[in-house]
Amino acid sequence: MIGTTLAAAAAAGSGASPGFLSPSGVEIAFLLVGLATLGAAVVTVTTKQLVHAALWLVVALGGIAVEYLLLTAEFIAWVQVLIYLGSVVVLLLFGLMLTKAPIGPSPDADSGNRWVALGVAVAAAGALVWVVVDAFRTTWIDLDGPVQGSTAVSGEILFRHWVLPFEALSVLLLAALIGAIVLSRKNGDTGTARQEGKR
Amino acid sequence: MTTTTLAVLVPLLPFAGAVAGLLLGRTAPGFVRPLAVLPTLAAAVLAVLVAVSQGGGRPIDVATELTPTGSVPIDLALYLDGFAVLTAVLVGVVATCVQVYSTAYLREDPRYPSYAALVSLFTSAMLLVVYSGDLMVLLVGWEIMGICSYFLVGHYWETEAARSASLKAFLVTKLGDVPFLIGLFALAVDAGSFRITKILGAVAAGGLDHPTLIALLLLAGVAGKSAQFPLHTWLPDAMAGPTPVSALIHAATMVAAGVYFIARLLPVFTASRAALVVLAVMAAVTMVGSGLAALAQDDIKRVLAYSTVGQLGYMTGALAVGDRGAAFFHLLSHGAFKALLFLGAGVIIHAAGTNSLSAMARMDGLAKRIPDAFWTMTIALLALAAIPPFAGFFSKEAVLVAAEQAATGHSDSAPSAAGWLVLVAGVLTALLTAAYATRLWLMAFRGRGAAAPDHGKEPLAMTGVLWLLAVPSIGFGLAAGPLPDWLDGHELSPTVATAVLGTGAAVIGVALTYALWQRAAARAARVPAGLPTAAATAEAEHAAVESAAQAPEVDEVTHDHPAVVAGAVPDPGKALLGPLYRHAAAGFHLDAVYAALFVRPVRAAAGLVHFLDREVVETYVRGAGGAPRLLGALVRRAQTGNVQSYLSTLFAGAVVLAIATAVLANVNAGS
Amino acid sequence: MHLAYPAVLAALLFCTGLYGVLARRNAILVLMSVELMLNAVNLNLVAFDVWLRDTVHAGQALTLFTIAIAAAEIGIGLAIVLMVYRNRGTSDVDRLRDTVEGREPAPTSDSAPAEPTAPRPEVAA
Repeated sequence: MIGTTLAAAAAAGSGASPGFLSPSGVEIAFLLVGLATLGAAVVTVTTKQLVHAALWLVVALGGIAVEYLLLTAEFIAWVQVLIYLGSVVVLLLFGLMLTKAPIGPSPDADSGNRWVALGVAVAAAGALVWVVVDAFRTTWIDLDGPVQGSTAVSGEILFRHWVLPFEALSVLLLAALIGAIVLSRKNGDTGTARQEGKR
Repeated sequence: MTTTTLAVLVPLLPFAGAVAGLLLGRTAPGFVRPLAVLPTLAAAVLAVLVAVSQGGGRPIDVATELTPTGSVPIDLALYLDGFAVLTAVLVGVVATCVQVYSTAYLREDPRYPSYAALVSLFTSAMLLVVYSGDLMVLLVGWEIMGICSYFLVGHYWETEAARSASLKAFLVTKLGDVPFLIGLFALAVDAGSFRITKILGAVAAGGLDHPTLIALLLLAGVAGKSAQFPLHTWLPDAMAGPTPVSALIHAATMVAAGVYFIARLLPVFTASRAALVVLAVMAAVTMVGSGLAALAQDDIKRVLAYSTVGQLGYMTGALAVGDRGAAFFHLLSHGAFKALLFLGAGVIIHAAGTNSLSAMARMDGLAKRIPDAFWTMTIALLALAAIPPFAGFFSKEAVLVAAEQAATGHSDSAPSAAGWLVLVAGVLTALLTAAYATRLWLMAFRGRGAAAPDHGKEPLAMTGVLWLLAVPSIGFGLAAGPLPDWLDGHELSPTVATAVLGTGAAVIGVALTYALWQRAAARAARVPAGLPTAAATAEAEHAAVESAAQAPEVDEVTHDHPAVVAGAVPDPGKALLGPLYRHAAAGFHLDAVYAALFVRPVRAAAGLVHFLDREVVETYVRGAGGAPRLLGALVRRAQTGNVQSYLSTLFAGAVVLAIATAVLANVNAGS
Repeated sequence: MHLAYPAVLAALLFCTGLYGVLARRNAILVLMSVELMLNAVNLNLVAFDVWLRDTVHAGQALTLFTIAIAAAEIGIGLAIVLMVYRNRGTSDVDRLRDTVEGREPAPTSDSAPAEPTAPRPEVAA
């Protein structure tokens, strides 16, 4: 059904709008990077080597950053690179190390829930893709014209329209910071001292 | 105060006394005796005042309606005529006597407070029945009496006999009360009111559609309450209660309530000749049967109980021939001397330490130990045997005269068949009554054998009451003259023919019994006292066991028991009845018939219900419990504790919902 | 550019992350999958923002906020995972089954086969 609707949409849109079966250069680039990103993501959630999963995650997140660039949202792309690739993945790697994750393949990386998870994921993917394609098969993004996600634009809207949420977010980050510190401490001073003494 | 106010106070005072006695019984034991005696005494005095002010004149009829009750109104009504005020006097006096007597008789009973309160409550209910002018209010009193009787019969609930006797009394009277209730409703629907005056007016106008049906339904209730055949079986067993209770409830008042009820509504019954004939047959069978049974009883109280049944039979007989004046006369005099008999029997039991007549017959000098009881009992027995000039003679003669008039066709309402039936049965019963009264007297007071135990002087509260009641037992016959002015106006004085007939039968009965007793005593004397025959020993043991079984009061009497001396007992009843004796002693096996007809089917049905409940209903209940348990076990398996499986289920559900929504939206958009 | 490309890519990435959340045993890998899901959402936001040419650029602003919140989340999440690991000696999600039906609330070390080297503060205390 999806195929027929897609074909119908392509036939209908071949006149005035850009053709579905004759992609432009940006589309081809997006498609290729998207495939790479998706592949990296799939490897991330399926690989038996925990550290490799983190590294494949870098590829996936980087792919998404490239997609942002292709969508002309360059500021977000750099933020993505900075925060995700720069800090989050590093944080995850530290976490893996601190929990003594084994180097090399660990056969029990997936739980017994795997087949249920696969079923749920495939069903969700089918439903989402069907709905999304059904809804947006005749919609095009006009990427020409002024850049919409440049640093200047982003800064302007952020500090003109979104100042209050921005400030609130900073408080949230502070709270998260304090929370992380409290959680990471080793159960009070005496416990910490004893633990330190033991080690 | 007006007569009406006084009359309202009469039932209210004992009621207040009962409530106060129940409330204060535990906390203030000192008040229990005054609270028991004084309200009842005041009620008796007030009842006398009411009677004097009413004076047998026009009936006082007042009513107030508390609230509308639909198509058939229920009023709080008083209907005071000569019957009502005189019955109230009887109830008040006997209740006072019994309360005074009980203070001595139940001196050491731990449950005396509740006992006294129940007796007060009963008195109040009886007075309500007597005064009430509305059948619904009357029914309330009627049922309260029933429940009080149930509690008081079961006063010694430690004993099996008392428990089963109270249950039996309750069930048998209820067996009659159910048709009674239906009859009341039918009567009220036919007459359009529960008020006695209106009902009587409707009957006089010929407004009853189903007189026979109503009369028969009401008769069932009366038979239950007044212990008439075939519902009389509860009364002999009810003697398991304390003796004063037997005197008050099961001799003088409550059992008379049925008779009183018919007397009040006599026009309803005379409207149906069939009902009168049924009533006459019932009375005749009751009279003769109870006389025979009384001759064979060993327990002194059971003798008196059967005697009560028989005398009530006289009253219903008088009603069957349409003369409520005679019935009422007998009700009053019987109430007096039967209360005296029971209270005297209480003294005798107290003194002898046993209920058994055959045990008393082996005691020497019982009469000398309790001279008051001896003399008053003698008076009361003479009254019972209808020997002139005692009260019983006149009242019984009134009944016989009424029957004779009906038999010869002088009565305008009663069929002559009923008259003949009542007359013949009445004369026969006069003989039997005299016989068992003589037997009772001889066996209780003319015993030979070991000396009776000496328990000292009986308390004044007991003996004084006996003498007080002895007065009407002797002299109430004089009331035959003035009494008709209070009642219907029928002549109540005896006529020569019936007097000769009745007294002749009584004298024959006395003489025959005495002669047979002499012969039996002589034969017993021939057998050496030290070497009794085996049969006599067995019989005596049997009698002792029987008396112990039937007399729970023996345990309650605190004095030590005299050892039962083995030996033949001169019992004139045995000789008189011959082969009938065995059957009469068992009450003509009516209980066995009831057991076969009712008890066993009910038990079988109960067993069936038990089985159904256990096997069928409970299966459903168990299933109702088991299915959720099973489901719960299934659901428990889902609680793995694994967060990922929970999350998977959650997402799966969300996906299903999303797909469903998308499909629905597509279908709707497509259509 | 056709809007279906970024939308489908975002949907697929999201479902990949979903699979990871449901199937991975190690808590840190679960966190990585959560990051994938968040990024899929971000991609969606940016694509639709660009498509709509929103004057206040709500999509991009929200993406920035999401990124910041994701950073905070990963920090807190890792702290929790570390604490669980310290207390239980494991960070495997399917071995943390204290809420399983029919089990008494056990001492915290009971649910996990303890590694001898794992430090256990409450036992030590």
